[in-house]
Amino acid sequence: MSKPVIATTSLAGCFGCHMSLLDIDERILKLVDLVEFNKSPIDDIKRFTKPVDVGLIEGGCCNSENVAVLRSFRKNCKVLVSVGECAVMGGLPALRNSIPLKECLEEAYLNSPTVDPGSGIIPNDEDLPIILDKVYPCHEVVKIDYFLPGCPPSADLIWEAVTALVEGRPLNLTYDMIKFD
Amino acid sequence: MSEIRFTIDGKACLAERGQTIVEAAKANGVYIPVLCNYEALKPVGSCRICTVRVAGRYMASCTQPVTEGMAVENTAPDLEDMRKSLIEMLFVEGNHFCPSCEKSGNCELQALGYRYKMMVPRFPYLWPGRALLAGSPLLMLERNRCVQCLRCVRGITSKAGRKVFAAVERGPHVTIEIDPKLAAKLSEEEARRAMDICPVGAILRKEKGFALPIGQRKFDHTPIGSDIEKGTGR
Amino acid sequence: MTTEKDIVLKHPKDPAALLDVIRDVQSRFGQVSDEAVGRIAAHLKLSEAEVRGAVTFYHFFSLSPRGASTVYLNDSITSRMAGRTAVAQAFEQEAGCRFGEVSADGTVGLFPTSCIGMNDQEPSAIVDGVVFTALTPDKARAIVRGLRAGTPARDQVASFGDGANQSDLVRAMVVNNIRRRGPVLFGAHESGAGLRKAVSMTPEKVIDEIKRASLLGRGGAGFPTGLKWEFCRREAADRRFVVCNADEGEPGTFKDRVILTELPALLFEGMAIAGYAIGAKTGVLYLRSEYAYLRAHLESVLAGMRRQGLLGKKAAGAAGFDFDIVVKSGAGAYICGEESALLESAEGKRGEPRDRPPFPVQTGYLNQPTTVNNVETLATAARIMAEGAAWFKALGTTQSAGTKLLSVSGDCSRPGVYEIEYGLPIADLLDMAGGAGAKAVQVGGPSGSCVAPAGFGRKIDFSDLATGGSVIVFGPDRDIFEVVSNFMEFFVDESCGWCVPCRAGNVLLKKKFEKVARGLGTASDLRDLEDWGRLVKSTSRCGLGQTSPNPILTTLKSFPELYAAKIRTGEEFVPEFNLEEAVQDGCAAAHREPECKESLDE
Repeated sequence: MSKPVIATTSLAGCFGCHMSLLDIDERILKLVDLVEFNKSPIDDIKRFTKPVDVGLIEGGCCNSENVAVLRSFRKNCKVLVSVGECAVMGGLPALRNSIPLKECLEEAYLNSPTVDPGSGIIPNDEDLPIILDKVYPCHEVVKIDYFLPGCPPSADLIWEAVTALVEGRPLNLTYDMIKFD
Repeated sequence: MSEIRFTIDGKACLAERGQTIVEAAKANGVYIPVLCNYEALKPVGSCRICTVRVAGRYMASCTQPVTEGMAVENTAPDLEDMRKSLIEMLFVEGNHFCPSCEKSGNCELQALGYRYKMMVPRFPYLWPGRALLAGSPLLMLERNRCVQCLRCVRGITSKAGRKVFAAVERGPHVTIEIDPKLAAKLSEEEARRAMDICPVGAILRKEKGFALPIGQRKFDHTPIGSDIEKGTGR
Repeated sequence: MTTEKDIVLKHPKDPAALLDVIRDVQSRFGQVSDEAVGRIAAHLKLSEAEVRGAVTFYHFFSLSPRGASTVYLNDSITSRMAGRTAVAQAFEQEAGCRFGEVSADGTVGLFPTSCIGMNDQEPSAIVDGVVFTALTPDKARAIVRGLRAGTPARDQVASFGDGANQSDLVRAMVVNNIRRRGPVLFGAHESGAGLRKAVSMTPEKVIDEIKRASLLGRGGAGFPTGLKWEFCRREAADRRFVVCNADEGEPGTFKDRVILTELPALLFEGMAIAGYAIGAKTGVLYLRSEYAYLRAHLESVLAGMRRQGLLGKKAAGAAGFDFDIVVKSGAGAYICGEESALLESAEGKRGEPRDRPPFPVQTGYLNQPTTVNNVETLATAARIMAEGAAWFKALGTTQSAGTKLLSVSGDCSRPGVYEIEYGLPIADLLDMAGGAGAKAVQVGGPSGSCVAPAGFGRKIDFSDLATGGSVIVFGPDRDIFEVVSNFMEFFVDESCGWCVPCRAGNVLLKKKFEKVARGLGTASDLRDLEDWGRLVKSTSRCGLGQTSPNPILTTLKSFPELYAAKIRTGEEFVPEFNLEEAVQDGCAAAHREPECKESLDE
């Protein structure tokens, strides 16, 4: 019997949630027995090669590429999980959400103290993803099935969620597991 | 003193005349979640998280006095879900970035989110643009985190009785302002009290923060309300 | 020249004078400047933050300049149906600024406002306190040109309306449109007859008479008036008050405006009767700011009644009964129609509702027992005292005695006020008002119910469709979603912001409703609308939030087919998010063409 397949990605995130996933210590050996990884920075598989059971999304959507990746995860994964504050609510990148985008870009690229006056340019290379008007939580873009808050979510929470999902049992969440910081 | 008999979810309770449902519940070891309510301040029923049901009618238990024979519903699943909704509303109505907040771990809104196992709000985020007021010497008013509970409005007044904090605007634009002249005269102790009275990280003592390490903060391991429930075998 | 200081110092050093001072400063200077805020705070011993709190609560007060002249154009749905959009454009073109702004030369400010009680003669606006009705784009341009040429708004009123609108003290172009005169309010009445009869009886007997008449509050809630008076009378206190709620702000309601214009003496008589019944010496008429143009008229009627001995010491000749009436002004806030918010406002504060208990009959105006009654209720009480409870009970139905004054507007050929007996089916009302073929009738304003043709047999009374008096007719071509959207916008604007469900819940409901209206809804979005609507109704602190989801909830019930046609069936999840829209700002900032790769994987 083939093992459940997991895929992971980091959109507008800091990879901290992936670090927390690795923070499960020796349980990582059990994980390797339990599941098979497909598209993920952990195994460096770049493209989906088979249908995936559980997709773990770190980070929210701050640019067009994030949206494309997220949509491809929705297409290829049976169950999609928002992992961490950024995926769940935009996280710290969303601090810009109450400031108009133009102001943010001008502050960063034109008026920043490290820019020679008059020499700055808002990046416009056509290979760059296009920045969105604001940072969107993943569930405002595609349907998300489960949410794991935390910055990052604790290793215990990730472990509990992943094992519950692949074993098809309900999540058993204790008070210590749910944290928003 | 004459006592009033009433019930909470069927449990027989006793109250003193004039006690609100929240106070009486607490005295009987029953926790009803509150956010805007604060000891020794006149209740104002603004957060509605303490909503209970009595004879099919909803009421804020922080402002409603107990009456004889009252049968209070406190933990009916639909009622608890309403409270959870209100907590979630507060999270989307403001800009609550817990990971970067000085009050994280000691924040009552966050603690309610934990207690109600809020994994994600059911409402879309509104991302209001709210200016931070940093003009007063000791305090910073980070209004993105404000829940308009009016605790500071009620609790912090000048010696002459003037309000140091006041609500301005109305509807979704309601926000709290700090009076610049009165704020300039706040003592260290008053500033500390203002910070402590705020349930969230909206009123901060400048140059202080993150005083307690993660793991030692108020709600790191103990759910809000467990002090009231202690020993009652919930 | 008058300075801000002069104006402030004219007022007593009493925090209760706060709104009066602000009103004077605003009307003289078109704003309440920082300096004025400081002076007011110092004079009244308040903090500046508190003063700013009061200024920013009310529509007609502002910290920033509103222009030498200020246009407040009604934004209610009926105004829109009558051509508001073109009128607004004309104002903007002529003034050279958008709504919400002041023209560059500072001469004219343009601002939208909620219903100003002129729904039967829309589009309407208040310009420097002067009401302009039945506006057209040409008239709008002429007003702005006139203001710029130095002709004050009051001199731009070419012709006056009917009845007392023509009197020297009113001089308004407003028309009464009294379409049906019923026996109660418009029956022949000898001024003072009800009051004289009342003072010939004991106060308890007066209350009994009102109770026997089964008079229920006409503001919409329908609380028994006699019982309210009895509760108030029973409270031990040195002082008690009668407060008349003349703050009809429910969009589509204008019947109290007609009573205040044509029957003020009857209303004041009713207030005196209430005062006698509960043992009050003072009555307060809380007059909505939109009706400030009637104030001189009302004061003059009061003066006349004092001369006649109906008010003042030994009112109506009754030894020991001293009763007089003062007029207090609002400043533009729908919430002040809620009785406890009205009391806060009358005390000079932000119009935020109070917690109940204690009820106003226990702790009301200035913390004294107070009965707060609607204009129509008090006028009706005067007629009951004059004609007797039995006469009154013979009118209407067993459950709902008497008559109701309705304000009918929208798509009908005879808009105006109708005094009808309770129990009238909507269909009959539509016949009277010339509203045949209506697609929907909104009974009770936005906070009431939207009734579909299948419900036109329903009756206007307390057991079926209770209403404060607003009836808006929507013709066959109207878009119900536009109506609902306008109503939700109204509630979002008018929520006081005190409690969470009303402050945030209405915004979220409106957002969700608009998602559905844009064709992005699913069956689960409709369930959310119902759930969230129930949440806001159940947990809100006052009547505003307890009724604000009604535009959505009642149309979901009356027009399920409209919603069914809007939603995407068979789709579980439809996001509001739209990539093309979301990249527009980013492309504009970087001068790039929007080109979004749909997927990275094949």
